[in-house]
Amino acid sequence: MTIELTTKRKIKIATTSLAGCFGCHMSFLDMDESLTGLLEQVEFDRSPFTDIKHCGRCDIGLIEGGVCTAENVHVLREFRANCTTLVAVGACAINGGVPAMRNYFDLQECLQEVYLNGTGVTNPQIPDDIELPLLLDKVYPISEVVHIDYFLPGCPPSADAFLQLLEPLLAGQKPIIQKSQLHYD
Amino acid sequence: MSAIQNTIRIDNQAIPFTPGQTIMDAALAAKVYIPHLCHYPGLPPSGNCRLCIVEIENRSVAACTTPAAADQTICSNTPELNEARKALTQMLFVEGDHICPSCEKTGNCKLQAMAYYLGMLDDHFPQFYQRREIDASHPDILLDRRRCILCDLCVRASREVDGKNVFAIAGRGTKAHLIVNSPSGKLADSSIATTDLATTICPVGAILIKEQGYQVPIGQRIYDHHTIRETSLQEHIAGCDKLKRKEHQDTER
Repeated sequence: MTIELTTKRKIKIATTSLAGCFGCHMSFLDMDESLTGLLEQVEFDRSPFTDIKHCGRCDIGLIEGGVCTAENVHVLREFRANCTTLVAVGACAINGGVPAMRNYFDLQECLQEVYLNGTGVTNPQIPDDIELPLLLDKVYPISEVVHIDYFLPGCPPSADAFLQLLEPLLAGQKPIIQKSQLHYD
Repeated sequence: MSAIQNTIRIDNQAIPFTPGQTIMDAALAAKVYIPHLCHYPGLPPSGNCRLCIVEIENRSVAACTTPAAADQTICSNTPELNEARKALTQMLFVEGDHICPSCEKTGNCKLQAMAYYLGMLDDHFPQFYQRREIDASHPDILLDRRRCILCDLCVRASREVDGKNVFAIAGRGTKAHLIVNSPSGKLADSSIATTDLATTICPVGAILIKEQGYQVPIGQRIYDHHTIRETSLQEHIAGCDKLKRKEHQDTER
């Protein structure tokens, strides 16, 4: 009965990019022809691939990017609340990555340099539109905000690394990333 | 009889040693790899990275500073010790700026290669994001203290090989940092040169030679193709050859 159910029901995957560059999503698409096999087993919930705005119950959540704004915190918590297995994908999700380079400066210093005092700034003003999510004091790895089940390093992780993660996960097994596949850049 | 006396056992493998040799040197000479970051062939050991931690009858010691002694029974390549080594590597990562995609040393970095070797997937500990001074004063050499892991290889290389004493480590605990021996404390006023061992020995991206950035593309660098185990064993052989040549030259003189 259970086996029948699992073979019939498609695995639900949600993905998002927080403070990321969507490079991990592009690398996910680099799986190319493997994607067709994957789509026979999975369907996408909230994701830039579907444009669904909120996450339903999902089996797997893939998070790209670190936590940089208050909105990132809400999205990340929504994913944690709805995804059975949550995976930190890529350098930024795992340790803040390139956006976390601002952590070596005060937030105010950064804003002043970019919007007021920087080279070539015209009409200097720090953006304060109510629609803009508030920046956090620092960029945080997602594991400092919610519990993370698995980590997939890389900038971005290669398409092969995505397969190494997803194939065991879809089979209900613990993914093991080969040491030879490990890259942080 | 002396052959039996001068033998240690690492992970049940008999390894010969010469009196005065450390466990690390005996192991590397026998092509047995013990993970390490602050050991370098020919330089006096420092024992500060602790990655070469091994167990001799339930006692933990640093293989690079402990002399080999007859009949030592040593455990090194065990799941427990490798987990401890991974935790130490994670601590080194969170203490400094080790965001690999933004570092010129990526792919050639021993800290990164060690993390690959130990299968590190995340940093586990909260990031420090410590502010440390960058010294860009020298026209050819950059010193970024945020990436420094305080292995003190540059300190020893400058003192022992270059004969210059350019570097030292000052402060304690999280305040420990690399200082430069010059009137201004800046690299530009020191006697360091790009050809010094102290300049090239840095295992991470703390000391970099300028205007060479990205000459070798990412993906074609050392640890994109080799493990740190392979390069460390090669480094030992090359280091020993160099020492032999130097001793030969010294005796000829």
